[in-house]
Amino acid sequence: MSEPVAVDSASADSAAGSDIGVDPSMLLSLRGVTKRFGAVQALKRVDLDVPAGQVTALIGDNGAGKSTLIKAIAGIWEPSSGEKYWMGKKVDTHTPKEASKLGIATVYQDLALCDNLDIVANMYLGYEATKFDVLDEITMEKRTQQTLRDLSVTTVSSVRQLVGTLSGGQRQSIAVARAVMRDAKLVIMDEPTAALGVTQTAQVLSLIKTLASRGIAVLVISHNLNDVFEVADRIAVMYLGTLVSSGPVGNYDMNSAVDLITTGTTSRAA
Amino acid sequence: MPVLIALVALVIYFEVRSTVFLSADNVTNLFIQAIIYMFLGMAEVWLLLLGEIDLSLGWLAGLSGSIAAIYTNAEFHWPWWLAFVAALAACTAIGTLWGVIVVRLRLPSFIVTLAGSFIVEGVLLYILDHVFEGGGAPVQSAVLSDLTTGNLTPTWSWIFVIAVILASAGVMIVRERARREAGLLVAPLYRIFVKLGALAILGVAMALIFNTNRGSFITIEGMPFAVPLVFALLAIYSFVLARTKFGRYMYAIGGNTEAARRAGIPVNRYRIYAFMLGGFTSGIAGLFYVSRLGGYSSSSTDSTVVLYAVAAAVIGGTSLYGGRGKMTYAIVGGIILAVIENGLVLIQISTTMVYVVTGVVLLGAVTVDSLARRSQSLLK
Repeated sequence: MSEPVAVDSASADSAAGSDIGVDPSMLLSLRGVTKRFGAVQALKRVDLDVPAGQVTALIGDNGAGKSTLIKAIAGIWEPSSGEKYWMGKKVDTHTPKEASKLGIATVYQDLALCDNLDIVANMYLGYEATKFDVLDEITMEKRTQQTLRDLSVTTVSSVRQLVGTLSGGQRQSIAVARAVMRDAKLVIMDEPTAALGVTQTAQVLSLIKTLASRGIAVLVISHNLNDVFEVADRIAVMYLGTLVSSGPVGNYDMNSAVDLITTGTTSRAA
Repeated sequence: MPVLIALVALVIYFEVRSTVFLSADNVTNLFIQAIIYMFLGMAEVWLLLLGEIDLSLGWLAGLSGSIAAIYTNAEFHWPWWLAFVAALAACTAIGTLWGVIVVRLRLPSFIVTLAGSFIVEGVLLYILDHVFEGGGAPVQSAVLSDLTTGNLTPTWSWIFVIAVILASAGVMIVRERARREAGLLVAPLYRIFVKLGALAILGVAMALIFNTNRGSFITIEGMPFAVPLVFALLAIYSFVLARTKFGRYMYAIGGNTEAARRAGIPVNRYRIYAFMLGGFTSGIAGLFYVSRLGGYSSSSTDSTVVLYAVAAAVIGGTSLYGGRGKMTYAIVGGIILAVIENGLVLIQISTTMVYVVTGVVLLGAVTVDSLARRSQSLLK
């Protein structure tokens, strides 16, 4: 494998998977993360840094290991080897619960919403506010409204609407807002715009920017490079299980990104 | 709601065809008929909400009724409450067993409870036929008998109706005020008045009907005990479903099991709870069933009751696909089933037609459910 063109300082000197060189200003740092499924090596010594308040786009072809990587971060799979650092401190997250305790929230493609419940009920699912064991609907409704307002989600007319009646973009917004309401510091989104039309994609992209402006780290998987270049502050490219390149978005252009995705290397300079 | 329109249409039709349909005597009789379907329907709602089903509930009701009748009769002479507890415990335990099998062995509830229904039926008939001479267990306990034949005095009937109206008004007003104070969107006030008005009219009409003397030789008047009892269970179940985490999780699991799981809800435990509650509630239905029949014997068993549990819940509007339904739907469904059964007999159409009409209404209800579901998914 040839030398990646754009490697920024934070991930430069960690080839051995040692913990030297972890930038404590990064919210999340992975060092030498490897995942094997039997004979298949899905992740090969991945080093990744995710800073707070920025949008990091994780791009790569199908099977490049993007989903495996985010599942390792979200605690769904334990890496075979390698370390995770959370705000400069080494952490072990073995389960999704532990990851979410740290403040890692994942919004999967299927969004995990209950169509038969209203927005408030979905926002609080599993974390309902109660007063004497009775659901405290007023508190939940107020906080839901506040959260949606903070994130400038204005297209929803009533928080008592059933989620089944919402558009794709609105559903995506609710899933993200739910993560934010639970004090997520890192929101991982898997193909958030995959099934959306133009207007709704714009809604979701602006929501992603709002998240970052509120100091939340966002890690977005996307196939759509137009979207990536519109919202991302940083880009990380995966190729056959290896993180071949990462750095500020300015280091890349459309052509070099495509080269990296398809061949793992590029001769073009941005 | 199309269901209520159907109900009104049926009532008008039968009243036109038979002058006694809306007589105090017949309405009371109809209510007692309906109450068994209501309890069975409420039992099934717990399961349908999760997208599960329990086909054995009808026979569990038979089992419960038999246990209650057997242990309160002259031979055993248990106090009524002990026999009731034993009956309900047996049904709860069997329901729980189906739940554990469905969850642990990952079998479809349809098959597990169909098999279970055969087993319960067989065991029940064996006990009735062989263990007890004469093949039956007559109701000899006054309490058991009173479940469907006992009445409140007219004064207490009024007190009950007025208390329910006042309590409903109180709850609605308190809730409305809390929303206003919190600055949340509120529905227009007239809606509350319309709701309360409808409730008041219904309550007063029922009190007037029940308090009319319906005896021929001796005076029989007052609201049957069964009405406040079914109402109490309805209130408790509705509260649990709408206002507690437990109920919220039931809906969530029925709506999207995977989402519920990811939200940290112990999905399998809740599925077992549903079977447990279904068994328990069908046990209550059984007490009323045996009380109305005056005893339970191998020949008095009626296998159609088995599916009336599902029919009552579904006709009322509970979705078979899970996640949509309310306890009140079982009440409406139970009344519709009883109206069909009672009305068709009154206008002297052969009993076989009762099955046909019930089937048509059920088919209509399922179609409405399916169409509603489709139009909802189109909106996405």
